[in-house]
Amino acid sequence: MAAETNRRAWMSLLAKAPAERLRVLWDAQSFAPEFNWLRAPEIGATMVRGRTGGTGAPFNLGEMTVTRCSLQLASGEVGHGYVQGRDKDKAKLAALVDALMQGDKADVVKATVLEPLEKAMLDARETRAAKAAATKVDFFTMVRGED
Amino acid sequence: MYVAVKGGERAIDNAHAWLAEERRGSLDVAELSIAQIREQLALAVNRVMAEGSLYDPDLAALAIKQARGDMIEAIFLIRAYRTTLPRFGYSNPIDTADMACDRRISATFKDAPGGQVLGPTFDYTHRLLDFALAAEGEVPEAPQGQARTEPTPHITGFLNREGLIQTEDENDDVPGDLTREPLELPADRALRLQSLTRGDEGFVLGMAYSTQRGYARNHAFVGELRIGKVEVEMDIPELGFAIDIGEIEVTECETVNQFAGSKTEPPQFTRGYGLVFGQSERKSISMALVDRALRWKELGEDNMGAPAQDEEFVLYHSDNIQATGFLEHIKLPHYVDFQSELELIRKLRREAMGEVQEAAE
Repeated sequence: MAAETNRRAWMSLLAKAPAERLRVLWDAQSFAPEFNWLRAPEIGATMVRGRTGGTGAPFNLGEMTVTRCSLQLASGEVGHGYVQGRDKDKAKLAALVDALMQGDKADVVKATVLEPLEKAMLDARETRAAKAAATKVDFFTMVRGED
Repeated sequence: MYVAVKGGERAIDNAHAWLAEERRGSLDVAELSIAQIREQLALAVNRVMAEGSLYDPDLAALAIKQARGDMIEAIFLIRAYRTTLPRFGYSNPIDTADMACDRRISATFKDAPGGQVLGPTFDYTHRLLDFALAAEGEVPEAPQGQARTEPTPHITGFLNREGLIQTEDENDDVPGDLTREPLELPADRALRLQSLTRGDEGFVLGMAYSTQRGYARNHAFVGELRIGKVEVEMDIPELGFAIDIGEIEVTECETVNQFAGSKTEPPQFTRGYGLVFGQSERKSISMALVDRALRWKELGEDNMGAPAQDEEFVLYHSDNIQATGFLEHIKLPHYVDFQSELELIRKLRREAMGEVQEAAE
């Protein structure tokens, strides 16, 4: 269960990560593992659903673009990439990271790719939240000069 | 009736070449990049994503560039592109209670938990042209406050606690999908919402405004309006569990409207709902008002004969791609159709003139 939770977390992180940032972090290392495609990168769409009133019955809101692929490392691990947008290279990197995270390089990949990605995304999120907080209204009542 | 006529190829090719040149405009001016459109015309990009019904800011920016800023043409390009994409599946419903809010306001509760957060809004600007923008310059960084990390609760949740507002029917029924099955009437609420969220902003705004002016009068308070990012989660069959496949910006509007009640239920506020891709505040409020007006039957209200209550009228005319396709086709050659009309009018005139002559004799 913990393994599934971890994998869910890193795959979710990779799906949302800015492609450029992922490429830079990947290129800074020299993993370059050998692999075979199980499913070559493919661009498609997912229909996004919302809920009526935020909590009620589901409805179809509209689609978003997604790129996916699957590959197998020479060492046997199978990696899947599911990423937002139309970027076959990003999907490949996501699948490679997913596969490497299942092998003996997991700690290095985590430290050099996943953790910096996560930190960058949390920082970006925190900055937006801080700017939003600065626009929060502080109501006060004027003293009306009555006794 | 259309008849194939040859002979236009050269004219068409040359027209397209000229279009490309006009699109580029004066070569003395730098060319727009897709990234510039995406970053600096973000609300136009949002509208193209919402009405094109495909969330992809780069594609929407490209469409705007290709369409020379004609929004409906850009939406058309996106709709055409999306039909070429294989469908990987359906997401789990997004959880707007978990939104990272850039903006969150309530017109009904001043002291709502989470506060009134204005965000990057045009509200309270004086709508005076800012000539400083005509010159290039650095923008000072926006001030920062103490970031909120906990989720922002929905306002309707508080009203629900007292039973003052109708609760939404919580279920996981599979909703109908307009992109798979043609719209048939009567449409349930899920189909109406899908249709409205991709409907033309101007049309939905006009319909919503008509309800405010008294056609199907149903006074709405904006219980809550929130804009921000939500995660999109999908079950991945090869994994056997769900992951986030991305993050999208949406605008959500919940209206609080006047009452419904019955012999068994005491009076309660009713609700309208708007949810739109991107920062699309006007569209989202409009959607909520029209959603509420279309609910007259299920809430046991009278049909006032108002356009906004007529689901056939609203849903069959809200799609700007259908509308513009049918509207604009009348400029294409109808030579044979028109030839028969010409013959008919000549015949009618001959007969009428003959009658005049007979009467004169």
